[in-house]
Amino acid sequence: MKPAPSAVHAAIEYTLRQDRGRLISALTAVIGDFELAEECLQDAIVAALKDWPKSGIPKSRRGWLLQVGRRRALDRFRRAKGLAEKTAQIAVLEQAELDAPADTHDIPDHRLRLIFTCCHPTLDEKTRIALTLRTLGGLTTDEVARAFLDRPTTMGQRLARARTKISNAGIRFDIPDGSALHERMGSVLAVIYLIFNEGYAATKGDSPIRIDLCEEAIYLARLMSNLSPETPEIEGLLALILLTHSRRAARYVEGGYIPLDQQDRSLWDQKRIYEGQNVLEAALKRGQVGPYQLQASIAALHCEATSSKETDWTQLAALYRLLGQVEPSPIVTLNLAVAVSYGAGPQQALDLLAPLADELRDYQPYHAARADVLRRMGREQHALAAYRRALEMTQAQGEVAFLERRIAEICD
Amino acid sequence: MKYLALIYSAAGAGPTPGTAEFGGLMGGYQAAGKTYNEDGVFLAGEALQSVETATSIRIRGGKTELTDGPFAETKEQLGGFYLFDCDTLDDAIKYAKMIPSAEFGTIEVRPVMTFD
Repeated sequence: MKPAPSAVHAAIEYTLRQDRGRLISALTAVIGDFELAEECLQDAIVAALKDWPKSGIPKSRRGWLLQVGRRRALDRFRRAKGLAEKTAQIAVLEQAELDAPADTHDIPDHRLRLIFTCCHPTLDEKTRIALTLRTLGGLTTDEVARAFLDRPTTMGQRLARARTKISNAGIRFDIPDGSALHERMGSVLAVIYLIFNEGYAATKGDSPIRIDLCEEAIYLARLMSNLSPETPEIEGLLALILLTHSRRAARYVEGGYIPLDQQDRSLWDQKRIYEGQNVLEAALKRGQVGPYQLQASIAALHCEATSSKETDWTQLAALYRLLGQVEPSPIVTLNLAVAVSYGAGPQQALDLLAPLADELRDYQPYHAARADVLRRMGREQHALAAYRRALEMTQAQGEVAFLERRIAEICD
Repeated sequence: MKYLALIYSAAGAGPTPGTAEFGGLMGGYQAAGKTYNEDGVFLAGEALQSVETATSIRIRGGKTELTDGPFAETKEQLGGFYLFDCDTLDDAIKYAKMIPSAEFGTIEVRPVMTFD
C-alpha cells in the first residue's frame, strides 16, 4: 500500500527531529565538510519526498537518508573541478557505502564532534546557541527563530553564515584534545546552560517559562552525558538544570513570579529532583569539583529543604563562597548576600551588597535582592526605592506583577 | 590552509620606541618568529610603515583617484601581517595569539581563499 503524502511528511519530520544530529554528524564525518553535509541531507530529504510516496516509507528512515545523502555527496565530488583533490574523500565515501547497508539502524554517531563544532569559540554566542538547537536539537529554522524572536529569514542567514565559516575557515570536525579540550568543553556546556536560562528566565515576551528551550537544554545535557560519560562537569550541568527545572510549576502562579521562599514546594517535581540528586552525587564522587557541580549542590540544598526557614543557609553561603573562589563574579557575590541575609543576617548581607552597587547598577536582580533585604529589615522607604528601580528594568510580565505587588504591600 | 593574520592597533597604543617596554615588544616579536619557524608555519610576515605613508587608489569610470592616507578612517590601523600555513583555525589562532601587539591592538585572522 502506498503511503499518503501526509504520512510521508510526518515520517520525514519525525525522523529529522529525532536524528538530524546523527545524520549531519555521520555525513560530515564521511564528506569532511559541514556545509556540504547540510546540503546533501537537504538533497536526501527532497529525494525522500519524491520516492517514499511511490516505494513506501523505508524501515530505517535515517539509514535511507544517510545513504542517499552519501550518494549525493559522491555525485557532487565526481562532478567537481579539481577531482584529484577529492579522490581521498571519494574513497572514504565509497568505503562507507560498502560498510553500511541502508537497512541498518546503527548509523555512526559522531554527535560529540558535531556539538564541539557548533559550539566553537570563534562563532559568536548567539550563533553557537542557534546552530546547536538547529543541528543537534532538531529544531527547524523557524522554531529557532521563534525562540529568539527573530525573523526566520534573519535566522536562516545567521545559520548559513555559520556553516560557511565552519567549512571555509578550517574549523575542524573533531573532539579537541589536551589543553584545548577543557576550554572547548566549557564553551559547549555554556551554550547548553544559556539555552536553559533563555527558556527559564524568558527575558523577552510574555510567556514566563518557554518549556521548549528548557527541555531542549535537558535533552542536550543528557546527550553530552551519554556521549562523554563520567565527566563531572557535564553531570554537574545536567544535575543543575534538572534541579532548577524541578521548581518550574511553583515559580509562576497565574502569570505572577513567586520567589523561592514563597513557593508551594508540593508543586516541585520530585522525579526531576531525585534524578538531579543522583546525577550530582555521582559527579561529586569523582572528586573534581567545578562551577556546575557547585551550582547544582546549591540547587540540591534548596530542593532538600521543606521550607525557606528549614533551608541550611550557612551551608549555602559556604557553597557560594567556594563558587566565588572557583569562578569569581559579582553575581555570585549577590547570591552569597541573599544566602547570608537569611543566615548571618540582613545587615551582613547589605555589607556584601554595598561594593556591588556600581558594577551591578543595571542588573535587575541586584535591585530586587537589595529591596527584599531592606523590606525584611523594615526599612520601607529604602526598600520602595529599590523595588521601583528593579521595576524600571524588567520587561518580563511575571516579574513586573511580582514587583508591583511588593510595592503595593509597602504603600498600603 | 593558509591564514593571514592582520595586525591592527591605534596610534600610540603600544610602547614608545626607545623605552624598555618597546624593547620587550621587539623581543616578543623575535620569540614569536622563532616559534613560527621552528613549527614550520611561517610563510611571510612584515611590519608596515605608518599610515601617514599610505596611498589609497580607486578607479571609477576609468578615472584613477589617488587619496592620501588609508582607505578606512578607523581608530585602529593596519600595521603589519603574518601569513601562516596551518591545518586548522584553532592552530592559526594559537600562533596569532603569540603576536605581541594582541596585548594592545587587534589581530584579525582570515583564511586565504583557494580556487579549485
